[in-house]
Amino acid sequence: MLTALEGLVAELREVGVPVPVSAVVDAARALTRIDVLDRGAVRVALRAVLIKDAGHLTVFDTVFDTFFALQEGTADGEDDDRGTTEGDGDATDPATSDDGDGDGDGGSGHSGRRGAPGGLQHLDDEALRDLLVRSLREEDAALLRALARVVVDRHGAVNPARPQDATYNLYRALRMIDSNGIATRLAAAADPGPDGDGVPSEVALLAAQAQVQRLGLALDTEIRRRLVAGRGAEDVARKLRTPLPENMAFLGASSLQVAAMRTALGPLARSLAARMAERRRRRRRGALDVRRTVRTAMSTGGVPVTPVFRRPHPAKPQLVVLADISGSVSTFATFTLQLIHALRSEFTSIRSFAFVDDIEEVTDLIGRAEDPTDIARLLNKAGAGVWLNGRSDYGNALSGFAERFASQLTRRTTVLVLGDARNNDLDPRTEALATVRRAAGAVHWLNPEPRESWNTGDSVIGRYAAHCDTVVECRTVRDLRAFTERLGAAGASLAPGVQPAAEGVGERRHDHAAEHHHHHH
Amino acid sequence: MSEPFAEPPAVLATPDAVAEGLRAAGYLPDETIAGTVHLAAALEKPVLVEGPAGTGKTELAKSVARLTGARLIRLQCYEGLDEAKALYEWDYRKQLLRIQAGGVGGPGGEQWADVEDDIFSEHYLLRRPLLEAIRAEDDVVLLIDEVDRLDVETEALLLEILSDYQVSIPELGTVTARRRPLVFLTSNNSRELSEALKRRCLFLHVGYPSPEREREIVLARVPGISDRLAGQVATGVAGLRQMDLKKRPSVSETIDWARTLVLLGVETVDGEALLRHLHVLLKHQSDIELAGTRLARDTRPR
Repeated sequence: MLTALEGLVAELREVGVPVPVSAVVDAARALTRIDVLDRGAVRVALRAVLIKDAGHLTVFDTVFDTFFALQEGTADGEDDDRGTTEGDGDATDPATSDDGDGDGDGGSGHSGRRGAPGGLQHLDDEALRDLLVRSLREEDAALLRALARVVVDRHGAVNPARPQDATYNLYRALRMIDSNGIATRLAAAADPGPDGDGVPSEVALLAAQAQVQRLGLALDTEIRRRLVAGRGAEDVARKLRTPLPENMAFLGASSLQVAAMRTALGPLARSLAARMAERRRRRRRGALDVRRTVRTAMSTGGVPVTPVFRRPHPAKPQLVVLADISGSVSTFATFTLQLIHALRSEFTSIRSFAFVDDIEEVTDLIGRAEDPTDIARLLNKAGAGVWLNGRSDYGNALSGFAERFASQLTRRTTVLVLGDARNNDLDPRTEALATVRRAAGAVHWLNPEPRESWNTGDSVIGRYAAHCDTVVECRTVRDLRAFTERLGAAGASLAPGVQPAAEGVGERRHDHAAEHHHHHH
Repeated sequence: MSEPFAEPPAVLATPDAVAEGLRAAGYLPDETIAGTVHLAAALEKPVLVEGPAGTGKTELAKSVARLTGARLIRLQCYEGLDEAKALYEWDYRKQLLRIQAGGVGGPGGEQWADVEDDIFSEHYLLRRPLLEAIRAEDDVVLLIDEVDRLDVETEALLLEILSDYQVSIPELGTVTARRRPLVFLTSNNSRELSEALKRRCLFLHVGYPSPEREREIVLARVPGISDRLAGQVATGVAGLRQMDLKKRPSVSETIDWARTLVLLGVETVDGEALLRHLHVLLKHQSDIELAGTRLARDTRPR
């Protein structure tokens, strides 16, 4: 048990979940106070002491399933061995072998009405689906687990020699058992429609889709269990490591990862906005306001008891965002746009421009997005920023921007360029960026590529860097968050702590500009 | 923390007992909630309960108090809450009276040293919730509500209490709890709490309940509702929560809606009924519009 705990903690740390030593001590103590044969109780206890952030719960569950995987045929509290052994040697009566996991969450009463006595593996897919719908509807975790075993047996095609196929195994199993069909049935069971015609309403469908995710989780757990049985927990953990959503790289993120990042971004934007607003409130004291101090002093006989200070001008920057939305970096661009628009109260104004090989303003388009996740779809539909073909042309886009919009930039404007600066060997036209920089207060370039691959191949980031105040490596949601926070905190001036552009940074004239605007707002 | 654990009361002895007891107290826990409450009692650690508004975080603490027969002491946090409001304050008016009554310094009056000892005794101390919980002779459950609203500096006030169940008062020394109270802290996660605080607590995330559990909650809390209607209410709300809303409907709003339906004598809800009652469940006009458009899409002609 303690070995498994050590492995679990090591893996959590490896993934990026901070686990202090004191928490490990607490975990060991907790294990002495509970029934360690009850896997459900162990999970709850370890989760309560080791995890301190709701965003880490999913990762914990995955890692827990790896290190505390059920062993086939053991008398583990949660392990019910019906329908799993090879052949049909399922001698135990399902009603007695099912001891649940002591969770007491309404799971009682499911014994006895299980399917055929010979075990679940003799059922055909149709009957399995019926049972799956029932187990999801009644939230019968033990039945769902047993069904997951049969489904993975039949459709998962798990090969312990190839752990890297786990996602494919899951996809295949979900597809073969027809998870969409199950969702529809689930919805129909919950809401047969006003005429009993079996056409469920949209809310019922939405609710059912959420429930079917439990099936995905159960299958994933089962696939993982088999891999662990074949390879050992450490190895599986290493091969199937999923980073925390905030540490996933924008480039090359799978659609599943994008979904996870999207869920992480919502609360992040909220807490970031609260932090930035609070910090602005905190710096409440400006210079002494002599006139109002004297006025207040009149009530205390001319003695200035309470000095009055000017309210500082919140140095909110005006933002202009130029986003490369071509295929390779579009995830990054939409995430950044989404985060920045979620923080719109922290900036005086935000104008957004999208480009591929031409540039156009998309501020209105983004404003129209019903919810921020809609941004990507709207941009695609409008075909924004495309002139010739879908290949990035930074030179053309930037010079187009400089020509049409540079005159509208002021010293208070901060320009953000989002992109990998991979110019497809076209003319970068760096003079256009130079024009923009002369007009604006500051230019920051956010590059989603790792620093090692800058200036390799057709990347011309080095040539643009000469005309930027900073070039920031922005690979993950965490990087993006850090940058945004500094941006909001620093006003129009250089974000502190941002490393200056790698090569040939010009003079820091914008500092002066920022000071200037501070006093004459 | 080296002393042996006091055995928790029988109602908190096992996760199952906790679940049973909470049910009896009118709170329907899931496995995680029951297990964490049990662990809190067994390890004598505070619980940090986090989750969206209206999912029964405060109710959990109240129910645990009911279950154990303990007195609930509640500290409602807000921005600007300070030591004098949270911990203790010297009752200076009473102290002044004492000094005047003693006639210190005057002929035949008391010596200052005696008076000083006297006026800085517990008798002149105004106990605020935290000290009250520490000094209590009876069983108490301490609820520190919405701890994320505290200023970062004030948060540090809690650390001594949460780890050692004691309060240091310069004039008196250290006051230690006679019996360690169960402590619940709730947070809506409006800001990141400090690592020091989190480290001292067990973490419990209370999310929206699953449709099945929500159905049970509705059945338990709304008298006279049919099983079928409760199920439909739970499904409807679960579906709404999947939409991208500013504020998703909370459990208390589900219960409100179920009560409304019972009062109106509605026996079955469909998309159309949901559409009519959206304002009970959603609090933002934009949310109502968004859900409205999605629901209008599938209202079928009868």
